[in-house]
Amino acid sequence: MSLSQALLNQDRRALSRLLTHVENNSEEGRKALDELYPHSGKAHLIGITGAPGTGKSTLVNQLALHYSKEGKRVAILAVDPSSPFTGGAVLGDRVRMRDLAGDPNVFIRSMATRGSLGGLAQTTASMVQVFDAAGFDIILVETVGAGQAEVDIAKLAHTTLVVEAPGLGDDIQAIKAGILEIADILVINKADRPGVENTERALKGMLELAHPAPRVFHHHGQKMALPAQAPKADDPLWIPTIKRTVAKDGIGTKELVESIEDHLAFLHEGGEWATRERTQLQTTFESLLRENLFTRFLDELSPEIYEETLSNIMLRKQSPWSAAEALLDRSKA
Amino acid sequence: MAERKIRVLVAKPGLDGHDRGAKVVARALRDAGMEVIYTGLRQTPEMIAEAALQEDVDVIGISILSGAHMALVPRILELIKANGQEDVKLFLGGIIPDDDIAQLNKMGVTGIYGPGASTEDIVSEIRTAVLKRA
Repeated sequence: MSLSQALLNQDRRALSRLLTHVENNSEEGRKALDELYPHSGKAHLIGITGAPGTGKSTLVNQLALHYSKEGKRVAILAVDPSSPFTGGAVLGDRVRMRDLAGDPNVFIRSMATRGSLGGLAQTTASMVQVFDAAGFDIILVETVGAGQAEVDIAKLAHTTLVVEAPGLGDDIQAIKAGILEIADILVINKADRPGVENTERALKGMLELAHPAPRVFHHHGQKMALPAQAPKADDPLWIPTIKRTVAKDGIGTKELVESIEDHLAFLHEGGEWATRERTQLQTTFESLLRENLFTRFLDELSPEIYEETLSNIMLRKQSPWSAAEALLDRSKA
Repeated sequence: MAERKIRVLVAKPGLDGHDRGAKVVARALRDAGMEVIYTGLRQTPEMIAEAALQEDVDVIGISILSGAHMALVPRILELIKANGQEDVKLFLGGIIPDDDIAQLNKMGVTGIYGPGASTEDIVSEIRTAVLKRA
């Protein structure tokens, strides 16, 4: 029996092996993704992002506990950074997820970014596909501790939670572009700490300054293609909610889950679910095209010409811009 | 294609709370380019085996300073076998009396390290064990 068949039969070992294949981008992994694709598209993908130390892992632990008690199957994909120097990593998110050990409804997988920026690894989306095909109802994707611009998660998840904690910045931080913009739900964790009112006021203020509008991603300065159906004026809009939690004590989890449910209902109501699916699949599709085009181009180019061009660039004989154009024209001829 | 990364689960079973050794080793393995899944203190053999399964690791490194190794190690080995992961290599660090070392090796522990062991040795012996397996 193939690994993907075994996975569809709920074999946890096969699931784990396949995740490794997919993470390593192996031949077997690509084949399995192909076979599993028709089985995907059912899970609710929830992204959890925020600065380091805001309590993302602890919150993920609470959410998974809650969903598991409801009888749902939960997969957790926890991403931590790889060292830029050695490529190694210490993946420590499981430390905060002790409560989930032994829970047959929960499967936790840690992954390193392996040099990718943006808060996720290159193969995170593919790993999510594997979990989805394996029949998990909820997939929680925890990003690396994110600063201001690690916003890839919003292109992957159906619902994005941005976790804040009191004392992390003032109201100017709150109106900057980037991470706060992608939140469907803002979570103020560690809400038992002093300063929680100020944080909530700053976030509320930020939300009030914004005009709620349907999301269109800009990708390399270009708008990603709009779905065939343009949004209508009376389509429902989602206004991000703010929820307080104390994840270490499980306080506020129930209310947060209700808010996530509300968001899910909104996605289904207005066709936003399809829009987000489209964004996600388009992102995957385009990055595959880009990657394969590049690899194919290099395969067809003789290494001597490549080296010669590179040394011309280093000698300042040719600029990288004109060199790239010349090489591309050459392959056209 | 990305090179294949060695994945190591570092866990601390039993009730003693001294995890400095485990952290030093985790850091050394990271610096050697490995991906270390760190689970923290007071892990039961069941928790360790489950984490090893979910994370699909090549190696499990455990640190035991409590003297309970003759109870914990056989149980962990038994569980990872039951999970179909008999190819996962187990490394052990801590205070292990000489008399027990031979017995633990016979059970299937790949490497055992006491106080003063060098992290270079641990790194290179893990690499060798994983390469041999593949």
